Amino acid sequence: MSYPLVSLPVAATPYAEKVEGLFWAVTGVCTLVTLGIAVAMTYFCFRYRSGAEVDRTLPDLAAGKSRSRRIEATWIAVPFAFFLIFFAWGAKLYYVYDDPPDNALQIFVTAKQWMWKVEHADGRREINELHVPVDQPVKLVMTSQDVIHDFYVPAFREKRDILPGRYTVLWFEPTLAGVYPLRCDEFCGTGHSMMTGRVYVMSREAYSRWLASGSQAPSLARLGFDRFRELGCSGCHGPSSRIHAPSLAGVYGQMVPLSDGSFVRFDDGYIRDSILQPARQIAAGYSNDMPPFAGRVSEQDLLELTAYIRSLANTSPDVPQGNHLQ
Amino acid sequence: MSTAIVEPALPEPEGNYLENGYSLRSWLTTTDHKRIAILYAVTITAFFFMGGTAATLMRLELISPTPLIMGAETYNKLFTAHGVIMVWFFLIPSIPATLGNFLIPMMVGAKDVALPRVNLLSWYIFVLGGMFVIVTLIAGGIDTGWTFYVPLSTRYSDTQVVYGVVGIFIAGFSSILTGLNFIVTVHRLRAPGLTWFKLPLFVWAIYATSIILVLATPVLAMTLVLLAMQRVFGLGIFDALLGGDPILFQHMFWFYSHPAVYIMVLPAMGVASEVISCFARKPVFGYRTMAYAIAAIAAFGFMVWGHHLFVAGQSLYASLVFSFLSYVVAIPSAIKVFNWTATLYKGSITFEAPMLYALGFVGLFLIGGLTGLYLASLALDANLSDTYFVVAHFHYIMVGGSVMAYFAGIHFWWPKITGRMYPESWSRLAAIVIFIGFNLTFFPQFILGLEGMPRRYFEYAPQFQFLNILSSAGASILAAGYALPVLYLTWSIRHGPHVGRNPWGAKGLEWQTRSPPPVENFDVPLRIPERPYDYDPEAEEAKRK
Repeated sequence: MSYPLVSLPVAATPYAEKVEGLFWAVTGVCTLVTLGIAVAMTYFCFRYRSGAEVDRTLPDLAAGKSRSRRIEATWIAVPFAFFLIFFAWGAKLYYVYDDPPDNALQIFVTAKQWMWKVEHADGRREINELHVPVDQPVKLVMTSQDVIHDFYVPAFREKRDILPGRYTVLWFEPTLAGVYPLRCDEFCGTGHSMMTGRVYVMSREAYSRWLASGSQAPSLARLGFDRFRELGCSGCHGPSSRIHAPSLAGVYGQMVPLSDGSFVRFDDGYIRDSILQPARQIAAGYSNDMPPFAGRVSEQDLLELTAYIRSLANTSPDVPQGNHLQ
Repeated sequence: MSTAIVEPALPEPEGNYLENGYSLRSWLTTTDHKRIAILYAVTITAFFFMGGTAATLMRLELISPTPLIMGAETYNKLFTAHGVIMVWFFLIPSIPATLGNFLIPMMVGAKDVALPRVNLLSWYIFVLGGMFVIVTLIAGGIDTGWTFYVPLSTRYSDTQVVYGVVGIFIAGFSSILTGLNFIVTVHRLRAPGLTWFKLPLFVWAIYATSIILVLATPVLAMTLVLLAMQRVFGLGIFDALLGGDPILFQHMFWFYSHPAVYIMVLPAMGVASEVISCFARKPVFGYRTMAYAIAAIAAFGFMVWGHHLFVAGQSLYASLVFSFLSYVVAIPSAIKVFNWTATLYKGSITFEAPMLYALGFVGLFLIGGLTGLYLASLALDANLSDTYFVVAHFHYIMVGGSVMAYFAGIHFWWPKITGRMYPESWSRLAAIVIFIGFNLTFFPQFILGLEGMPRRYFEYAPQFQFLNILSSAGASILAAGYALPVLYLTWSIRHGPHVGRNPWGAKGLEWQTRSPPPVENFDVPLRIPERPYDYDPEAEEAKRK
């Protein structure tokens, strides 16, 4: 028990440092308010205790009324001004932060009772560990196989729930190499408190060595390409297909038109939904011919398929699919 | 320092409500709001100690970062039982169903509530709901947390979720009926001349609470029905695998459960206003503003539930709106703290037990409220959500706030309820012990949260042990503090000195009648004051010389 009374986790990302700034600003204001109220209450309780010889005359009713209105207006307006600042500050940090940069390294996280499964684009897999390079934006695309979990790294000052049946995204850009605890922050059943892990933020060189040391498993996109053929997707969505189905080349990340006139971002979530429930959002110019794959594909299949379609982002429809993966 | 005017025993010629039958039957069939208040008080006290026992066992376990006296499953069942019992079977009925039942008719100058038999029915429904919860515990308990998040509660937990949910569903009807009764009573039974702005703030607070009870509780009932239907019949409203949405459950749950926080804290604010003005001998500062603040809290309280979902997968724009509205609802709460403080200015202050509890309430509510400002901020909440910071925050509001105020109210109106006074030094000692024990229990939890310890953790990293031990030590002091009032209040029922009508020199209508009151509350003509809280500190000083 040689631990100091208070030891906040290090702030390992620029965002975490900004959150710290807001935290201390709010803490400063709240401490002053607490002290102010405590001092005022103590002083009044002492000075105006029963029996003390002090002046207790109050202003007459009319004068008192306008004075107390002014006083009340002050202590409505001043806190409100501070609240607006807190709101705007916190909202701006979070808002700017919500959008991951395009060059982010995408890693898939699957949570289940009570472990973390991490899959890198190159096919490398980890359990309860996540290795990432320093100074590189990292985007986690996360889903759960059972209940709701939450990916929480105190050193990054952020967390995001992980839900069954959809993807949620969390991103960060660690600038400080180190090993940071990862915890599940949404109660997920008996083993909740044991659902912990570690995030290794490594120097570029160490990260390259770590990458090279891994098993030479095929990349996720490569596995996804296999899945794409096995499940029959290529029969319709492949370049040589005669069936009228949208090509998946070069569209990842774009806004695509839907048959109801709206637009949707062609991202991991849309790919996932379109595989499971294709009738929900049909691409403009196409009819509802695709069978739903809900119940026929696993989370792992979805992950690999998504990785494959993502890898088509910079290809053109004429190139034979899968070649770019070699 | 004491001003309790303990009068020699005055045998009142007529009987009082306590002497109106001594048999168990006379109690179980009563429609007297005062007796029903006591039925509730006894029931919720039992639940309070059940919930408290669960908390004590949890704090005992958390002394060690590794398993100490139980397994993870037992621990999870304990915090679920603690939450369910304390929220629905203690805090929500606490002040409204006991002090509210006892006082609302008297404060408006009526003989009883508008619907006395419905009032008794409401207690029976509450007991029935409570029995389901006890059966749930005997049958093995629930391990989902009091929030019952799906799909853990529907697909994955193999504990007694349905029994528990049925119990809460039933108890909800008790809430609705009690709320309805108070609304009708305040509208219809006010004494002639007692206009809205002559009502004590306690009545305002209970009235606002009743509106929330009536409007929010049905949503909880619907949510729980859908949850049970999903669990039993596989209905897919909240089930992602069937095309439903687990986040929808959270929206519906918090649409009730956030206003429920105001159900717990508005009555506490009402008590604080009564007690502080009485012992400062000053009218409440800014009476009208205080009344409007109560209404504003009740109204805006319905629009902030989404701040529980900032990291849950709710849309960013929804989160922005909920964050803003959460700051808006903080304004009327801030006004109340400032106005209580200003009420002390130029008062003639004494420090009997009710006042000590009420001052403790203001301090702890202040800290609870200010830490809410952290959680209303998107960027800060994305770090602190679901950590011990949140646990500490809401315990400052609900235990530091509501329970302290409940104790302030019990001590303030005890002589009116029982006709007897409790031992003064013991009661003051208890107030101080509870205040110290509370802070030692929960302040370290703020730091634990900032250091990154998630809530509902059975095992934890060794670095968190020191603060957990502090917290557990505080809990043992708190437990002793809560035991004290049970002892001396029970003692006082038989042995406390008799008191007259108005031992504190308070201004509410309830103090114009005898202690304990006659069955029909008033046997003297009521004097409706010109304005509420008509205290005069200077006159008080002159009287004491």
